[in-house]
Amino acid sequence: MSEILSAPYVLEYTYTRSTGPVVGRFLESLRYEVLEGVKTADGRVLCPPLEYDEQGEATTGEFVQLRPSGTVKTWSWVAEPRTGHPFASPFAWALIQIDGADNAMVHVVDAGTPKRMKTGMRVRLRWADQKSGTIRDIACFEPISPYMPGPVHLEYEVNPGHHYSAYLRGLERGKLIGGRDPESGNVYVPPRAADPMTGNPTSEYVEVADQGVLTTFTIIRIPFEGQKLKPPYCFGAIVLDGADMPIYHLISGVPHDEIRMGMRVKAKWKPEDQWETSLENILYFEPTGEPDVPFDHYKEHL
Amino acid sequence: MREVAIVSFSQLPSVKEIEAADEPELVQSVTSVALKQVGLTQDDIGFTCSGSTDYLPGRPFSFVAAVDGLKAWPPIRESHVEMDGAFALYEAWVRLLHGDIDTALVFSFGKSSLAPVPDVLNLQNDPYYVQPLGLDAISAAALQAQAMIDAGKATERDFAEVAARSRKNAISNPNSHLKGEFSIDDMLAEPSISSPLRKSFCSPLSDSAAAVVLAAGDTARKLVERPAWIRGIDHRTEPHGLGQRDLTTSPSTKLAAEKAGVGNAKVDVAELHASFAHQELILREAMGLGDDVRVNPSGGALSSNSPMTAGLIRFGEAAIRVLHGDADRAVAHAANGVCLQHNLVAVLEAE
Repeated sequence: MSEILSAPYVLEYTYTRSTGPVVGRFLESLRYEVLEGVKTADGRVLCPPLEYDEQGEATTGEFVQLRPSGTVKTWSWVAEPRTGHPFASPFAWALIQIDGADNAMVHVVDAGTPKRMKTGMRVRLRWADQKSGTIRDIACFEPISPYMPGPVHLEYEVNPGHHYSAYLRGLERGKLIGGRDPESGNVYVPPRAADPMTGNPTSEYVEVADQGVLTTFTIIRIPFEGQKLKPPYCFGAIVLDGADMPIYHLISGVPHDEIRMGMRVKAKWKPEDQWETSLENILYFEPTGEPDVPFDHYKEHL
Repeated sequence: MREVAIVSFSQLPSVKEIEAADEPELVQSVTSVALKQVGLTQDDIGFTCSGSTDYLPGRPFSFVAAVDGLKAWPPIRESHVEMDGAFALYEAWVRLLHGDIDTALVFSFGKSSLAPVPDVLNLQNDPYYVQPLGLDAISAAALQAQAMIDAGKATERDFAEVAARSRKNAISNPNSHLKGEFSIDDMLAEPSISSPLRKSFCSPLSDSAAAVVLAAGDTARKLVERPAWIRGIDHRTEPHGLGQRDLTTSPSTKLAAEKAGVGNAKVDVAELHASFAHQELILREAMGLGDDVRVNPSGGALSSNSPMTAGLIRFGEAAIRVLHGDADRAVAHAANGVCLQHNLVAVLEAE
């Protein structure tokens, strides 16, 4: 067998296409940044307009101007555009139902990242700078964000007051400071301006233990704005030994399905060289391994 | 209605490139084998019909030149469709119903390795509204796949399972292109080409050619022991615009399958022309094929996809299972157009 020959070859048809009264009017309107649909005999609106609907009925020739916005019906993200694609940077193909139309248009969405793409998302039309009388006079669609900026920025100087300062100074030294009302004997952590039972200041500072009983807890599974931790995580109420009110902190170091009311827990502190005037000096509370506390012993603190 | 059967099928192995053959050479190699298998020559054939597209070789009227691969002297009755060869088979079936001839030869050839296939397939799109945007076939199919996910009809894992099963089935098919044991998790870790489609959810582009011999009534019985009788065949098409259709369903397949009688009895085997994994799911649902049906035991178009030929190969693969006694009732399907616009369904049965 002789060697197989091979050579490059270009096939080109330099045809022009007549556009007719329906497609032609639609494309001509795009030059003037006007988006139109055509009405069908049964009262629907097609955009892009067609001469005939899918029932085979001629459309009416009645054009209606449409808002240059719509809804994505389905989409496909192209991370690496290929030859012939209308964008050189990543973009989405989409079927877009123009507001007021009953069909959908194939076009592209310039969203920057696939994270902004979602079926049902709202998009607005972006016109091409240079018009050519083709569908490319619509450069693309872009996401409509249903938000407007509404920033608030106010600068304050915080003063936590006498009692809270004592509490925070305690944390700085690795100690949990409570306040006791000499009359009732109740100990509150942090110390309070007044014992709500008596109205007296919690004037005596006492150190309470960094361990206690978990009285109740919740496992957070939903994300929310400003969240610092990745769900799921456990948040619990801990009545420290020597205190009469719980503090609230993270419960960790134990599988979530083993966390229970009455469990004995102990603070897990940060390394001492990182201590500040903050409860964040305690990373979380973890089980001590001691026997659980009977319900009757802490039910008054719930 | 006159009984018509598939009595012979021949195909070239689907490969990335058949370098050493032009179109007439491809045609000669499959038509001669298909005829020889049943002891016929071109002189015995009443009607010859082919399916191909000139855009693959890039030569206008290449289908006329393809006749050079046949013995066309004295002059033969010949026709061509600018479609998959399965639609040429439909034309040949209609021609045999006329009753004046008893045999037909159907062939197709797809040498995709010559062509810029994504650019060629964009020419299927609306020339006013879509072609200027350059919508390639993978991206169009991706819009369909995402619509299925959004409708809750399938997941990417479902797509991967179809692809893995197809390529596993293809291991036992010497004519298949892409075959082997592929891990579903590995497929799901591939980057998207056009999301949500990853490379493994798409078919490979193959070069191939195929030929089928049809025969009517007792002629078919004389030629083979178990003709694959075409008990029902129908094709339907949908609106062209992607924005005019519900892409997650295939009403054209459903209607064609009803007309062909797919649901009238148990189906043993179905060869479905799904060029993308998600399309198999759409087709199965449209035809009402249950889990008991062996779908694409050949590996299907997901393992070998020679444009314009993969549909005819589906008919051939379904027919040989009846011819060889592996199945009593088989369904063959071929698709044309963007996102399963046009679908042809046939039921093939043993005597």
